[in-house]
Amino acid sequence: MTVIDDPVRTDPVPTDPARPGFPAAAHVPAPTPIAVVPTDPMRADGPAPLPAPRGPVSAALLTAVQRDPSRSLDLRHLGWDGEPADAATDDDLQLALWLSYELHYRGLAGVDERWEWHPELLWARARWEDQLVAGLRLAVPTDDVAEPGTDSAAHLVADPVAQVVDGLTALAEADGEPSLSKFLMRRASREQFAEFLVHRSLYHLKEADPHSWAIPRLSGAVKGAMITIQADEYGGGVPAAMHAQLFRALLADWRLDSTYGHHLERVPGVTLLASNLISFFGLHRRWRGALVGHLAAFEMSSSVPNARYARGHRRLGGGEQAARFFDEHVVADAVHEQIALHDLAAGLARSEPALAGDVLFGARCAAYADTLFAEHLLGRWGAGLSSLRDEPGVTA
Amino acid sequence: MSALEEHLESFGEDVTVTVCPDGPLLLRGPAQLRSADGHTVDHDRTVVALCRCGRSRLKPLCDGSHRLSKFRDPATAEQLDHVLTNATPYRPEGSEGS
Repeated sequence: MTVIDDPVRTDPVPTDPARPGFPAAAHVPAPTPIAVVPTDPMRADGPAPLPAPRGPVSAALLTAVQRDPSRSLDLRHLGWDGEPADAATDDDLQLALWLSYELHYRGLAGVDERWEWHPELLWARARWEDQLVAGLRLAVPTDDVAEPGTDSAAHLVADPVAQVVDGLTALAEADGEPSLSKFLMRRASREQFAEFLVHRSLYHLKEADPHSWAIPRLSGAVKGAMITIQADEYGGGVPAAMHAQLFRALLADWRLDSTYGHHLERVPGVTLLASNLISFFGLHRRWRGALVGHLAAFEMSSSVPNARYARGHRRLGGGEQAARFFDEHVVADAVHEQIALHDLAAGLARSEPALAGDVLFGARCAAYADTLFAEHLLGRWGAGLSSLRDEPGVTA
Repeated sequence: MSALEEHLESFGEDVTVTVCPDGPLLLRGPAQLRSADGHTVDHDRTVVALCRCGRSRLKPLCDGSHRLSKFRDPATAEQLDHVLTNATPYRPEGSEGS
């Protein structure tokens, strides 16, 4: 049970290549051979590499951020003109959002850091976010909650706390078909499991960071609940125990590159949506209720799938040390699930009843993104295809 | 002891057990976990979830299985108070009982 002194975590790279059934580097979809795997937990992440554009919006954005941000620049032409129903999965829109959000995390390689608060870029991003929200509202039921964020919300609901608890519980108990976790547990090939890890690397290498935007926006008991959860996510301050670092060790075990942002080029828009959703909620105080709801949904749907991932990982010959990532999530999230529901989400509904609708909206958006992701992977695999994007010939 | 020390002392020393509706027991605070033969098991988790539904594969820890087995126990304050006081099954008004 000891976490901090576990020597496993300070030396997470497996060194025994003789393990039967372990995938050789040529059999997994790593874009480049792994010469150096930066798994040292004390090492700081570098900025994310710039990808190739995926359409007019990301192309214009990638061109713009090469310029001097102190010069006046009109970015109003950077509007995305797709249909709201396609916003959640559009490669071009999701990549543009991901890049503009990444300026707030580790940054983008070779891009002037002042672009983070460039007013024209923020103006353009706000329009993309409008499209994203419009798409989410089409897909996610909101008929049982008042218009999110409005003052009238509190008056339309008799008991916002019960509404949040019942709504989140119903969401967690809904049978989440299609079950990606069952497929990974029982049937996935080594190549498919490795693809799953590549997708997830875009989030897990900065695991917990997007939800941490909630911390300065909460107070009192609700903040305390948030900190209890996030402290675990960050390994209690021990770098080797941070969940992002456990994931890095898992990638190394599968001979996948664990450099921050390395797999961006290979993942489709639906994968970026999972991260973008949290960044969007997190970077707007107005959406703090949805951010809390998203985290609650995350934590309430984590223990059981992670136990299945762990069994799939072991079935396919994955290392015991690397399995720690999944095992730890089973135990930690069984605790987080209760804290996130009763102290965090219900707590927020108690202190700010008007946010109850937002909490449920955020939770349902999390479930929606999860379903789209599972459908994509199982759909592609069912058709005998890779779930990853082809490697582009030329990068920006 | 200074006022600040007293203030800080008042936090984090209580051990509490929260009975979660349809879920585990949440153990918070500096409680020792022991086996029945008296061995204390060290750990550094600030909160521990103990299985209440009997379905966990990680007993005595919770692994979220209560959700799959549809474990139901509302664990309201009224229920806790009733069973502690009366040692009889709790049947809220309007329920059929069992």
